[in-house]
Amino acid sequence: MEFDTIICFEVHAELSTKTKLFCNCAVDYEAPPNHQICPVCTGQPGSLPVLNEKALEYCIRAGLALNCSISPHARFARKNYFYPDLPKGYQISQYEEPLCEDGYLEISGLDNRPYPVGIKRIHLEEDAGKLVHDSKSFESADHSFVDYNRAGIPLIEIVSDHTRNPVRSLQEARTYLEKMRQTLRYIGVSDCIMEKGQFRCDVNISLRPKESLQFGNRTEIKNMASFRFVLEALEYEIDRQSEILKSGGEISQETRLFDEAKRITLPMRSKEDAPDYRYFPDPDLVELEISRSSVGQIRQAMPELPDQRVDRLIEVYDISKNDAAILTKDHQVAEYFESCVPYCHSSRKLCAWIAKDLFRLLNEKAIPMEQCPVNPPDFGRLVDLMDSGEITEGIGRMILEEMFETGKSPEAIIEEKDLRPIQEGGILEDLIEDVIAQNPDSVQKISQGSPEPVNFLIGQVMRKTKGKANPKKVKEIIQEKLRPAANTL
Amino acid sequence: MDLCDLSAFELRNLLGKKEVSAREIAASVFKRIDEKEPLIHAFITVTRDRALEQADLADKKIKEGGDIPPLTGIPVAVKDVLCTEGVRTTCASRILEDYVPPYNATVVNRLLRDGAILIGKTNMDEFAMGSSTENSAFGLTRNPADPDRVPGGSSGGSAAAVAAGETVAAIGTDTGGSIRQPASFCGIVGMKPTYGRVSRYGLIAYASSLDQAGPLCRSVEDCALLLNTICGHDQKDTTSLDAPKPDYLQSLNQDLEGIRIGLPKEYFIEGIDPAIREKIMQAVSRMEQHGASVIEVSLPHTRYAISTYYLIATAEASSNLARYDGVKYGFRPSDSIKDIISMYHSTRSRGFGREVKRRIMLGTYVLSAGYYDAYYLKAQKARTLIRDDFREAFEQVDCLMSPVSPCVPFKLGEKAGDPLQMYLVDIYTVSANLAGVPAVSINCGEVESLPVGLQITGRPFDEAMLIRVAHAYQRISGSDA
Repeated sequence: MEFDTIICFEVHAELSTKTKLFCNCAVDYEAPPNHQICPVCTGQPGSLPVLNEKALEYCIRAGLALNCSISPHARFARKNYFYPDLPKGYQISQYEEPLCEDGYLEISGLDNRPYPVGIKRIHLEEDAGKLVHDSKSFESADHSFVDYNRAGIPLIEIVSDHTRNPVRSLQEARTYLEKMRQTLRYIGVSDCIMEKGQFRCDVNISLRPKESLQFGNRTEIKNMASFRFVLEALEYEIDRQSEILKSGGEISQETRLFDEAKRITLPMRSKEDAPDYRYFPDPDLVELEISRSSVGQIRQAMPELPDQRVDRLIEVYDISKNDAAILTKDHQVAEYFESCVPYCHSSRKLCAWIAKDLFRLLNEKAIPMEQCPVNPPDFGRLVDLMDSGEITEGIGRMILEEMFETGKSPEAIIEEKDLRPIQEGGILEDLIEDVIAQNPDSVQKISQGSPEPVNFLIGQVMRKTKGKANPKKVKEIIQEKLRPAANTL
Repeated sequence: MDLCDLSAFELRNLLGKKEVSAREIAASVFKRIDEKEPLIHAFITVTRDRALEQADLADKKIKEGGDIPPLTGIPVAVKDVLCTEGVRTTCASRILEDYVPPYNATVVNRLLRDGAILIGKTNMDEFAMGSSTENSAFGLTRNPADPDRVPGGSSGGSAAAVAAGETVAAIGTDTGGSIRQPASFCGIVGMKPTYGRVSRYGLIAYASSLDQAGPLCRSVEDCALLLNTICGHDQKDTTSLDAPKPDYLQSLNQDLEGIRIGLPKEYFIEGIDPAIREKIMQAVSRMEQHGASVIEVSLPHTRYAISTYYLIATAEASSNLARYDGVKYGFRPSDSIKDIISMYHSTRSRGFGREVKRRIMLGTYVLSAGYYDAYYLKAQKARTLIRDDFREAFEQVDCLMSPVSPCVPFKLGEKAGDPLQMYLVDIYTVSANLAGVPAVSINCGEVESLPVGLQITGRPFDEAMLIRVAHAYQRISGSDA
């Protein structure tokens, strides 16, 4: 029996606003525990929420980037449940009328064809605090601490649609999550750093026999802290469900937890035990009208989206689609590339040097692109020096490492280390004649029509110049000088 | 007559002429508290030292001259549901027995800004749920007019304190009549302003869409004075109206010429004590003699008001009171905690009183999956109809008049065992909360030596009309008497 897989994501992204959703506390991930709190975000009796309109704007921006329609009102609802990290005993969220609905995110699907994954809704809500246990789990802990710094940080929940182009494979799942994170980062609404909990997701998955139109029972998987775990959990769950279905069993609709240590999913609660959140409109927040003109303004000010950037880079800089994809994966890289362009004649060379040598250096030092110690004009000129043959790639690589360490310009390093190229003037000619004189065997072989020793002679010259000569030039001169020898035969 | 028996207006006058000091007024209040508190028990916390310090500062300010804020040196008590920084705020509940807020309610800040002397925190029904102040974890409050009877509730402590001279004025809160009914039972003036007129920031929520703070005092003048201080927009409460407020003192000393009074016929048919009905009609006809006209109007959805109120209020309460979980502040039993669930259980079963638990359970039911549409949603629709009733009535009249309560203050314990009987006491008051309109209770005589209150209800944000009519009536009845 063969199955279709249907995967839906609930992505939670913390917004990168300066302050929390309903109070003026700073959004600060580095603050010591309970240092960014106030009566509102700790749920003190009598305190009231006041909406941060920047968060509203960010949510709408995300909605527009994901091709959603935007609601004409902002209405908030209370989601009631008890948990120690939830200071008010309810979470202020949205229920019946989310801010954004019915959009899509286009990914590269099976066969690399564009595939618009349906987005059902995006809503705005507040994050909860964080529990710190004195042992591994809540259940086994003797006591637990609560840090409310995170409580009240604005969060958007992006729910994909199981009826409109759902994700169908692990490959699509990865692409969807990567594209989602890339998009949210591009539009500047979230930093999406998974390690900081800024990008989290729950997954719904169900299988159905191929050609069937009925949806199978689904399971929801929670508690995956990285993309890798999401994919592992999905893989495990696809296997588990298909085994059950093949043996004639039935999938029970339930919520499961991913166990990081064992790399398996385990049942958490069944459908019958699903909590009743008793949603109702929050009477503390008046409904806000969202005017069409304010949505228009947000649309106007929308930063360039990843796909738009790919198209533009290809068109403007004449680079390959593959290169454009590499450059745009992280918008900081694309920014860097475009800042280098005015200082370099070859965008292709520039792209290659970013993708290979600059990435390597950044990776080694675990430095993000935005903190790259080499400034774009310097990098652009360095690549240009190599492209024009002024310096060799070997010298260039050396200079780059030095630039990376010291932040100096390539010209300064060339000057300092006397790496100025040796041009065809007298010095180079003399050097080449020395080498020819010292290697009569090679000259002999060349004169007998064998071309290989030419490279040997070039190598000798490059060694004597410590790489400062242009090998192309050296070759030309050697050939020029040996032509009479070769011709005499 | 002692200083503590004078109105804020009279005291302001004496302070201005430097005939008395704020210290003397405060001392008089505390002397009265020492005499009466053992019997009346209007306060949960008395802030004597702070108050005397504040009074000395007020005297210094008066001595220095210059701009003297309007309530300088005037003793005001605050219901223990409004947060006071550094002074414990209990909501008359064991669950907040030792809770000391880190901030002041906006109402409290405004009182302090205008120079009021904070006397203490008054007793109430736990979390403002009740109509008799018998549901307090700190013991009941007695009615100064007859200590065997209830002072009304839930702001019974505030009303009793004002009536007994244990303060000059007080702030209460009103979710279904909790300012007006105790004002009526204690023979004083109490106003629930329009929803949105007074900031709810720092008012510990019972039912967020209904709660509103307001003054309890001995005269309509004092009521206007206090309104001037506490009303107005607050950025910390998005449900507060962002519009300028009038100077309510301008509405004093006006006549009743041309005022159209509406009598809602539904309020005078069944369940009302005929003697109370008589008092109300007498008051209305006196006003008629002084230039007002009287029209019968209809509020056809009145009979749904009590059930609508108890559905919406309990639904909101069930959510508002979820934060009392023993995690962050307040009561948490030290024994019998095995895990987080047992901590919740024992905190909430032992921290809340019976009536509070009853309403949390009712409200939880109302919001539950499968019942939401039948109860909560239907109640919201009924609320809209009730609001429309008022809107239509106010197209014909400037204010409505009715009793505050269908009965005079009842005996302690008389209704305590029968929650439904107790809920029906709110019959004339809950509609104003559901409609969001302002209403004032003012004394209009006695039945069997017990005070009777007249309720005057106005258009949204037209507290000025209520001050005008109530003050005119106060003067008429004073001169007629």
